[in-house]
Amino acid sequence: MDFQLTKEQEFVRKMVRKFAETEVEPIAADCDKEHRFPEETVKKMGEYGLLGVPFPKDVEGAGGDHISYAITVEELSRCCASTGVICSAHTSLCAWPIYAWGNEEQIKKYVPDLCSGRKLGAFGLTEPNAGTDAGGQQTRAEDMGDHWLLNGAKVFITNGGYADTFVVMAMTDKKKGTRGGISSFIVEKGFEGFSIGKTEDKMGICASSTTELIFQNCKVPKENILGNPGEGFKVAMSTLDGGRIGIASQALGIAQGAFDVTVEYMKSRKQFGKRLADMQALQFEMAEMKTRIDAARLLIYRAADMKDKHLKYGPASAMAKLYAAETAMYVTTKAVQFHGGYGYIKDYPVERMMRDAKITEIYEGTSEVQKMVIAADVFKK
Amino acid sequence: MAFKIIVCAKQVPDTNEIKIDPIKKTLIREGVPSILNHDDANALEEALKIKDQYPDTHITVITMGPPQAKDLLIECMAMGADDGILLSDRALGGSDTWATSNAIAAAIGKLGGFDLIFAGRQAIDGDTAQVGPQIAEKLGIPQVTYVADFSIDSDMKHITVHRALEDGYEIIKIETPCMLTAIKELNTPRHMSIGGIFDAVKKDMPVWGAKDLGVDTDREVGLEASPTNVYRSFTPAPKGKGIVIEGDTDKELADRLLINLKKKHVI
Repeated sequence: MDFQLTKEQEFVRKMVRKFAETEVEPIAADCDKEHRFPEETVKKMGEYGLLGVPFPKDVEGAGGDHISYAITVEELSRCCASTGVICSAHTSLCAWPIYAWGNEEQIKKYVPDLCSGRKLGAFGLTEPNAGTDAGGQQTRAEDMGDHWLLNGAKVFITNGGYADTFVVMAMTDKKKGTRGGISSFIVEKGFEGFSIGKTEDKMGICASSTTELIFQNCKVPKENILGNPGEGFKVAMSTLDGGRIGIASQALGIAQGAFDVTVEYMKSRKQFGKRLADMQALQFEMAEMKTRIDAARLLIYRAADMKDKHLKYGPASAMAKLYAAETAMYVTTKAVQFHGGYGYIKDYPVERMMRDAKITEIYEGTSEVQKMVIAADVFKK
Repeated sequence: MAFKIIVCAKQVPDTNEIKIDPIKKTLIREGVPSILNHDDANALEEALKIKDQYPDTHITVITMGPPQAKDLLIECMAMGADDGILLSDRALGGSDTWATSNAIAAAIGKLGGFDLIFAGRQAIDGDTAQVGPQIAEKLGIPQVTYVADFSIDSDMKHITVHRALEDGYEIIKIETPCMLTAIKELNTPRHMSIGGIFDAVKKDMPVWGAKDLGVDTDREVGLEASPTNVYRSFTPAPKGKGIVIEGDTDKELADRLLINLKKKHVI
């Protein structure tokens, strides 16, 4: 067991931290305020390999591992949680399932464009009536002989408005239900009958794009089914196991970012003739936060390491996501409190961080879903 | 068309993080992160821009320092340099600028031909701005310092640069091979790339000592051979804070200046 980062991982942290501090942080508050998707940053992320970290070089990935990927999302989110989730949804929820479940042609056709950032990815599972109960898919895909015909709608799709490539779940055999009845498809922007619906106005991660996807007699080429017919739920669940590492890293980054700015604030803010940093009641709270952040980090890196080693990591990533999300909420709430009135106004980043943190307890499986996954593993025998 | 470019770079303590020991009055180096010297990053960036344009261009980064200076070479290669060479040897320790340039000039000589050498103007730890020019002298090639703009002429044999002066710039046409020292105005250095990091860490990096360089450890390199002796180090007393006088007209500005000077009994 080795708790030291490798040389590569240390350099990834150094690189992404500098990238985030110079390219992401300066525009984070404005993008949040204007609800503006940071297209210019996404372009640069592609150029520097941030959109294909855990994929091999032969598909134009960076040749990295999942801990490096977790570090990437963490460091981006430390400055801007929206930028973090753009990277996470793209990498874990679109590039990964195509790379893991796709056939040779599909990998060749889609993965290099995603890893290099020439194309942005998204994932469509959630529907108005199929959230936590993802098996209740109402979007249908009909086998028309030479193509598939998709009808239905997806909601809350991260990157929706800016993505080029979508991995979409749809019911192909209602009689078979969740297991065996759902299939997954690769849908491209511009496919006939596919459009983007409403863009959501959210509490946080306001610089990310969250939209509906609408399929009205959308024609999907026969060869764009991902995996075998009926394997869609397996594709989706295996994808989310990995996605949770990304969201956990996003939550960790938010917590670390809020913690770091609070440390600086406490060193400079004086009340009753002394710095906040010198008040023991606050010191103890900071010690508690620091411990939780570190615990979350270890859970995440362990899950990422298990994924790299092809071990069963679903419960580990669920624990990482559950704990990191709760830590993000815990730390950002305290960070706002420690800033006092300044924490509640938008001049200081902790206000944004607290709004951003909440979503990490909800998407890619609520905290309750993580507990279902963890408990199912506990009682499986 | 392809160029052979050598970039001289130095690992320096991050001056943003530096603290002075209040009793010993020396730099506290412990725990201070090391970084690629800023001007050297500009030097490398200019070489990389040439490589962007002429992809067969080969960039070799040379640095001299302790074994951990390998990290600097990893960083440079992760940004896009092809090779890195570390000059590291106890016998090279304590070298001043003269001795350092002997070692680096010997390394460049060992590498064979080149078209361009880029170095940073100066390092943020020593601020001497001497090593680049000394290397050029020892190699017997022309040099331009304070380069703020760079372009390759159509004959591919000459280059045209802007040399920054305090109150303007000179435009200089110079024949290759030559040495140029870069200032921050030259460009904005790129980041490392993630893919570059995974390649760079795996790469073999030659480490050359005094023997490999064929330099005389008594007379050319190292502390003993260095003609510079540090007489005394001290922290200068901080100057008083300056003030900016604001006003709409020259007369108003002059009036305010006069009032300030009178207040302080200067006039």
